[in-house]
Amino acid sequence: MSKINVLVGVKRVIDYAVKIRVNSSKTAVETANVKHSINPFDEIAIEEALRLRERMPKGSIGDIVALSCGPPKCVEVLRTALAMGADRAFHVEVPEGTILEPLAVAKIFEAVSKKENPGLIIMGKQAIDDDSSQTGQMLAGLLNIPQANFVSKIDISDNKLVSVCEIDGGLETVEMSLPAVVTTDLRLNEPRYATLPNIMKAKKKPIVKLTPQELNVEITNRLKVLKVEEPPKRKAGVKVESVDELLNKLRNEAKVI
Amino acid sequence: MISGILKNASAFSRTSGPKVIISRFLGSAIPNRASLSSLVFIEHKDNKIDNATLSTITAAKKLGGEVSALVAGSNASEVASEVSKLNGVDKVFFANSPVFDHNLAEAISPLLLEVQKKTNCTHVLASHSSIGKRILPRLAAALDVQQISDITSIESENTFVRPIYAGNANETVESLDSIKVMTIRNTSFAVTDAKDTASPVEEVPVPEVKVMSKWIKDEVAKGDRPELGSAKIVVSGGRAVKSADGFKLIVDLADKLGAAVGASRAAVDAGYCDNSLQVGQTGKIVAPDLYIAVGISGAIQHLAGMKDSKVIVSINKDPEAPIFQISDYSLVGDLFEILPELTQKI
Repeated sequence: MSKINVLVGVKRVIDYAVKIRVNSSKTAVETANVKHSINPFDEIAIEEALRLRERMPKGSIGDIVALSCGPPKCVEVLRTALAMGADRAFHVEVPEGTILEPLAVAKIFEAVSKKENPGLIIMGKQAIDDDSSQTGQMLAGLLNIPQANFVSKIDISDNKLVSVCEIDGGLETVEMSLPAVVTTDLRLNEPRYATLPNIMKAKKKPIVKLTPQELNVEITNRLKVLKVEEPPKRKAGVKVESVDELLNKLRNEAKVI
Repeated sequence: MISGILKNASAFSRTSGPKVIISRFLGSAIPNRASLSSLVFIEHKDNKIDNATLSTITAAKKLGGEVSALVAGSNASEVASEVSKLNGVDKVFFANSPVFDHNLAEAISPLLLEVQKKTNCTHVLASHSSIGKRILPRLAAALDVQQISDITSIESENTFVRPIYAGNANETVESLDSIKVMTIRNTSFAVTDAKDTASPVEEVPVPEVKVMSKWIKDEVAKGDRPELGSAKIVVSGGRAVKSADGFKLIVDLADKLGAAVGASRAAVDAGYCDNSLQVGQTGKIVAPDLYIAVGISGAIQHLAGMKDSKVIVSINKDPEAPIFQISDYSLVGDLFEILPELTQKI
């Protein structure tokens, strides 16, 4: 079996625990001075690449390569990926404030994939900021290779990938040839923490900087954001003291049972 | 003429230079562009049309223009005749082939592409379900357009509202692409119903597709409870149920109410119930008439999946739980005492 290089997508997003605020001009979410981290699904993607290397026969997984697209600060999330155990990284840099839509990101990944020829590409199932859930699928389409989405288990043998995917109502098992794109669900694994020695080692690992222009990728936005607003607030509710009072309210006030 | 250009566009799609120029040309410079029409991908299983799809048809109808529907699968002709009797559907296309069973993206998106070219439709819609989510972006990439995901409101033929950041903000976007590929949040649109007449049905040829994936099996949680995404009442349990046995209290209450059962991520991760029950940003989005959250603290990611419910009831022993801030009725107490009493008194 040939050696499989793995390409992993990493997005820098506002940390999942932060309560976001819409900016005063209602054009975007406030990102200045807000804690950012790796998109949680991408952490799972890196972890799975590492686990594949650990559980498959020695030498069957080659390089684990992380790729992030975005402003200069994306280097921070790439360093985290390297500290978790990725071997090297690409940073496709755009100026601060540039919005990269999933289609543009998929094209960047397509261009890098054509240089790197990964046998497997692992991406998160969605980024928790734009919640699009598109990039992995678009990439598989651009490369014309199979895709497994929202996976909670993967296995590779004889150059075939078997994935258990989370679907509405249950699970679905699919088998496909490599190369393929996999997008991760929360249940795939529990990502490891980077240890201090590994964080130090990660500083020496290479991050190759590229631009969309160098990759010949057009990143013009296709969607124009007209406004960003907070959702309507729910009105304050009431506290009930007993099951009887609750049932009474549900029957006679809300009339829902 | 436009379809001719599209063919050229797809022929060029492996090189990046000319493609951009062509898509710009399509977007603005054609004086008589195709009039608005839309194509809805129909999800179906065991000859039954999926509920989320019934909402997607309503969304398509709202765009104005003619609405076509596409049914694919080995039983497509039967389902197509059912679809033709739905309000809002003007024409039904079907492709009969087992290659489309199990909705593999590699098989369905080339078919959607063919039908899009044939009908020259301006909008392609599917529900933001696990199936729509995996198929439509692949189509969007083939058409070289930026998809708009999880639309909750249609403002005009090119302006849409969608939630971002786990529903903590709503973004209004204008699509500059000539073809709009979009997934629809089903809880934001009513389901369509039947009409008296049937619309025309037409078979489309099965395109040559090279499918490199193979479906092996499904493991679907069976039950006679209503489906989570479309239930009128949902009862959800969280970490505080403490065990799979504790989760039975949730199930008992749901059964008494004829409700669907949901869960928080904590309950799912702890193995108290099946993954497919998870409500939230990364699970199911629900908006029932009544949502009863039991032993759920109310993390941002959970609220994203249920905060549009009409009436929210929370039962939690922690009076500071964030879930109480969005609940219409809050009951502070021990769920192991409250639930049996509630189930018994209903």
